[in-house]
Amino acid sequence: MKANCKISFPRFGNYNIAIEILMKLGLECDYIDAPLTTKKTLEIGTKYSPDFVCTPFKYQLGGYIEAIEAGANTLIQVGGPCRLGYYGELHEQILKDLGYDVKFINMAEADFAKPLTFYNEFKKINPKLNLKKVTSTLLLVVKIVDAIDKIEDFIRQNIGFEKNEGDFDLLHREFLAELRTVRTKKELNQTYKKYYTRLKNVETNKPTHPLQVGLIGEYYTIMDPYSNHYIEKELAKKGMIIKRWMNITNSFFNAPEQEIKKSIKDYAKYDMGATSMYTVKCALDYAKDGFDGIIHIKSFGCTPEIDAMPVLQRISEDYKIPIIYFSFDSQTSDVGINTRIEAFHDMIIMRKEKKK
Amino acid sequence: MKIGIPRAFLYYKYHTLWESFFEELGIEYIVSPETNKQIIKQGTKYAIDEACLPHKIYLGHVEYLIDKCDYILVPRIATLGGTKDIVCSRFQAIYDVVKNTFREQDLKLLYYSIDILNKDTELKAFLKMGKFLGKNKTQILKAYYIAKQAEKTTKLLALNEQRKNLENKNLKILVIAHPYNIYDHYIGKPILDILKELNCTPILGCIIEEKKAREEAKAISKTLPWTFNKELVGAISLYKNQVDGIVLVSAFPCGPDSLVNEMILRRLKDKPIITLVLDAQEGTAGMETRLESFIDIIKLKEEKQSESQLQN
Repeated sequence: MKANCKISFPRFGNYNIAIEILMKLGLECDYIDAPLTTKKTLEIGTKYSPDFVCTPFKYQLGGYIEAIEAGANTLIQVGGPCRLGYYGELHEQILKDLGYDVKFINMAEADFAKPLTFYNEFKKINPKLNLKKVTSTLLLVVKIVDAIDKIEDFIRQNIGFEKNEGDFDLLHREFLAELRTVRTKKELNQTYKKYYTRLKNVETNKPTHPLQVGLIGEYYTIMDPYSNHYIEKELAKKGMIIKRWMNITNSFFNAPEQEIKKSIKDYAKYDMGATSMYTVKCALDYAKDGFDGIIHIKSFGCTPEIDAMPVLQRISEDYKIPIIYFSFDSQTSDVGINTRIEAFHDMIIMRKEKKK
Repeated sequence: MKIGIPRAFLYYKYHTLWESFFEELGIEYIVSPETNKQIIKQGTKYAIDEACLPHKIYLGHVEYLIDKCDYILVPRIATLGGTKDIVCSRFQAIYDVVKNTFREQDLKLLYYSIDILNKDTELKAFLKMGKFLGKNKTQILKAYYIAKQAEKTTKLLALNEQRKNLENKNLKILVIAHPYNIYDHYIGKPILDILKELNCTPILGCIIEEKKAREEAKAISKTLPWTFNKELVGAISLYKNQVDGIVLVSAFPCGPDSLVNEMILRRLKDKPIITLVLDAQEGTAGMETRLESFIDIIKLKEEKQSESQLQN
C-alpha cells in the first residue's frame, strides 16, 4: 500500500541514497531528492535561524525549505546526542511560522531505550507500513551505508595520487548513480565489487613514503563535504593519504564504548559528550601510528568538540604531531581555508624532511 | 587540608550543599573571589577561543585557586534523569578539560560525577568524595543529610523572598538566566542593578520549585533535553502572569540557550520580551539603553491598556 507522502531529508554527504531506498522500498512512499547543497541553501538557512546556533542547524533548515520547494510534503529529522537532539522541534516551529504546511517527523520524540517508539515514528509516515518490509530494507540500507563508507575510504586514501586527474571522481559518481538503483543484497554486492575493482585499477603514482594525515572532529561537518568546503579533496590534491575513521558505519557499529574509554584513559577520565570520545581516540591512534598531521573539523561553537581541544593539544605535545583546527560557520571562506591548508602542508613536509 | 571552590558554573547551584558538607566534616575551604577583570583575563588566556564566556570565567577561577589550597573542587554532571534529562556537555567534560588545560601545573582535584542514567547518584558521589577526604560512612552520611537540609532551607528562603517581591507594586521583570550568569558580579549582576535603578523589581527564573518547573516545561516543549533549561522554561510559564515583562539573558555563544531562547521567543506571544547576550566587553552602557527603552515600552503599553479600560 503506497502512502500519500512525498518525503525528504536535507542533503548529508552521500547518505541520502540510503534514506531514499529506505523510504521508497521500506516505507513505500515517494521520496523527493533535496536539491544539492549550495551557497543559497546556507543563506536561506542562516536567514531564518537563531544567530549563534551551530552551522548544521542552518544547513538543514535551508535544506528543508529547498526540499519543500522541490515538492516535499513530509520532512524527517533524525536527532542526535548533542544540540542535534533539539534541532527538530525548532526546525518544525520555524517552518510553521514561515507558513509551510508540512508533516514533520521528529525522531527525537522516540526513545532510544524503547525501540518500539521508533516504529511509531515510522508509522506516522505510513500508517499501513509493513514491519517485515521495513526490517528487511533496514538491513539492506545498513549494508548500503557500509558500501558508501568503504568506497569513499578507498578514494580518500588514493585520490591524491591519481595519474589522470578526475579518474576517481568519475568512478565515484558512477558508483553512486548505480547504487541508487540497487534493490536487493545481490545487486548491492555486484555493484560494490564492480566499483571496488575498478577503483583499485585506477592508475596511481604513490611514493613509497607518502604524507599521511587523519581527519577528526564533529559528526555532521566532518561527514558532509559541502559543510567542510570539500577539505578532504583540497588536502588530497597536495598528494597525501587522507584517513578518516568517523563515518556512519563506524560510529554506529564499530564503536565499543568501554574499549574506547579505556584506550584514552590517560587523557580523559570521563565521556566528554557527543562524539568527543571518538575524536580523542582517533587523534591518539593517528598519533601512535606516526601520521604526519591531524586535522580537526567542527562547526563554530560546537561545545563537545571545543572541550576535546585541550585534550588534543596535549596529545599533540606528547606525540609531537601537528594538529590544525578548522571551525566552519556561515562566514567561512574558501580562500581562508586553502591558505591554512597550504601552510599546514608546507610545515608537515618540512618536518618529514627533517626526520630523514 | 584546604579545599578551593571556584566561584563559577555549578557553584551558584550547589554552594550551600558543598559548603555545609565541608563544614560538617570539619574541612577547611576557600571560595575564589567574585569575578573580576583579572579572573576573566586569565580564564580567556587558558580557554579555547570559541568556548562560552562562563567557561572562560570558570577556568579563571580555577587558575586563581592554584597554590592557594590543597585540592580544587571540580565536579562533573552528565545526566540528571533519563535520556531527556541531560545537561550541556560542558558540565560533562569540565573535569577533563581542567585536567588537560592545567596539566603543567599538575593540579590536585577533588571531584565527583553525577550520572543518574548510569546510576551514579548524588549520594553515591558524596560518599565517594567523603571517603577520599578520610571520613567514615557515618560521618559522611550525617554531613550529607545536614547539607541537604541546609540546601533545602536556603531554597525555601529564596522562594519566600521572591514571593514577597511578587506582591510588590513596582513593575516586575522576570529575568530568565542560568544562575552562573545572573549571579556573577561581573557579567550578570549589573542587569539586576540596572533594573532596580529603573524602579523595577527583578523576579528570578532560577528561583523556582525545580521539579514543578521541569514538569511544566514538558507542556511547552516536548523534546527539550536540558534539565537546567527546562527549569527556566517552566519558570516562565509559572511566573509570567505575575510579571510585566521578561528578559532572556544568555552568554555568548551558549549552545542550549541558542536554541531554547529562540523557541521561547516563538512560542511566547503574550508578554513583552527582550534578549540580552553577555560577552566579555566592558561597560554596561549598551545594556542600560536597551533595558531603559524596554521598560519605557512596557509602561506605555500598560498606560494605554488602563486608558482603554477606563474608556470602556
